[in-house]
Amino acid sequence: MSLATTSLLRRGAALSDTAEQLRVLRNHEGITHLPQFATVLRDHGHAPLHARSLTTLQVNVGKMCNQACKHCHVDAGPDRQEIMTRQTMQHCLDAVDAAGISIVDLTGGAPEMNPEFRWFVEELSRRGVQVIVRCNLTIIVANPKYNDLPQFFATHGVHVVSSLPFYDASHTDRQRGGGVFDDSIRALRMLNDVGYGREGTGRIIDLVYNPLGALLPGPQASLEKEFKRNLMQRHGVEFNALHCITNMPISRFLEFLLNSGNYERYMTTLVSAFNPSAAENVMCRDLISVGWDGQLFDCDFNQMLDLPVASSARHIADFSVDALAGRPIVVDRHCFGCTAGAGSSCGGQIA
Amino acid sequence: MRFNCHPFQIFAANTHTPNPKPVTPHLTPAMSYYEPTDLPKFGSISEYQPELAAKFFDWYGAVFAEGALTQREKSLIALAVAHAVQCPYCIDAYTTDSLQKGATEQMMMEAVHVAAAIRGGASMVHGVQMMNKVREVSM
Repeated sequence: MSLATTSLLRRGAALSDTAEQLRVLRNHEGITHLPQFATVLRDHGHAPLHARSLTTLQVNVGKMCNQACKHCHVDAGPDRQEIMTRQTMQHCLDAVDAAGISIVDLTGGAPEMNPEFRWFVEELSRRGVQVIVRCNLTIIVANPKYNDLPQFFATHGVHVVSSLPFYDASHTDRQRGGGVFDDSIRALRMLNDVGYGREGTGRIIDLVYNPLGALLPGPQASLEKEFKRNLMQRHGVEFNALHCITNMPISRFLEFLLNSGNYERYMTTLVSAFNPSAAENVMCRDLISVGWDGQLFDCDFNQMLDLPVASSARHIADFSVDALAGRPIVVDRHCFGCTAGAGSSCGGQIA
Repeated sequence: MRFNCHPFQIFAANTHTPNPKPVTPHLTPAMSYYEPTDLPKFGSISEYQPELAAKFFDWYGAVFAEGALTQREKSLIALAVAHAVQCPYCIDAYTTDSLQKGATEQMMMEAVHVAAAIRGGASMVHGVQMMNKVREVSM
């Protein structure tokens, strides 16, 4: 397997500084005529956006990854060393206990590369929490020590969510790296072998589609049909549902937009496609995102832009249901990515 | 609010893009008859005849909705027709739309070949008419 790119941080790119990303989102000369997200929300009677409930704790357990995808909003890769400690995970467990959180969504990087990953999943599973693991698939076959992950996931009832931007190799590898598609298919077969994606097993593997460029994702239901038909016919693999996710104009995808001359057009498309009913159901209203170092954010995208939660509780060690309930959501222009068209969340379309 | 992702309708439904610049009645050297920036202004055709435009955009949206044909099939047909009628706006819009609907580059080029084959075939089949005439007038 070969890497699709290297991290912005490793290259010393200007966009590795989140202040520069925010400057591009707010003041880039090509988009200053576009409205602010808060203004559009207000025009539709949704501003300011407030937290509604707390059902999900999304935990980024580290930026280390065996892949380096071209669109990665985390700027993850093999060179990234940021990893959540067991102590911070314990604070997360305490928060889950205190708030009665029912879903914990583990993401990265490749979350499985965190040495405390299995301990964390076991602790969550023991509490009866629904654990989601955002598994990149290739990690399962990257090293023999990960080959038993499908069985580990099955044992703990983990809901696996995995990116696969297309049902053929050339499109997938262009975005995620050479050989990623073939490794992903091998991993999907291993997951199928322990019941994932098979009807009646209750073991859920969902796939995530994101466009291969400066495009909005297409209709989820019809793309899901195409993915299911093609993956079964060509490779004999099954999965449960397809989630369509819009590429966020941040980090490495923002770099692509700028370098390819697509930035202004893409932002205009996102703004033009603003959908009020998607805005009503954005995921940040029902979750808290925890960074690898324990800091709290409204979502994984705000986390990657260093936009902390607007609350007196800004670290998982200081977690307080009362301090976070009903907080105003921190928004900026990247939020148009979640409200465009049929909307976008970590669970796919929302409108 | 009804929401539709079709490339033309997205702009027709848009209330946030800046007001279109006034149309200059003459062409300057920097302009051509086809301006890429005109595509997002498609919805503005309703300014001169709102009732008919509303009917057109409603019908347009219904045509491209999932039906006996999938949205992707309809988008590829639109792409082929766009090449047949040689509409740069349509080619721009339905290249993007086909990709968004999950079409591959190979599918899209095959659609263009279909358009080209029909155009070419439409010329070639008239060769029969030519042959008929030849036979009519020849000894």
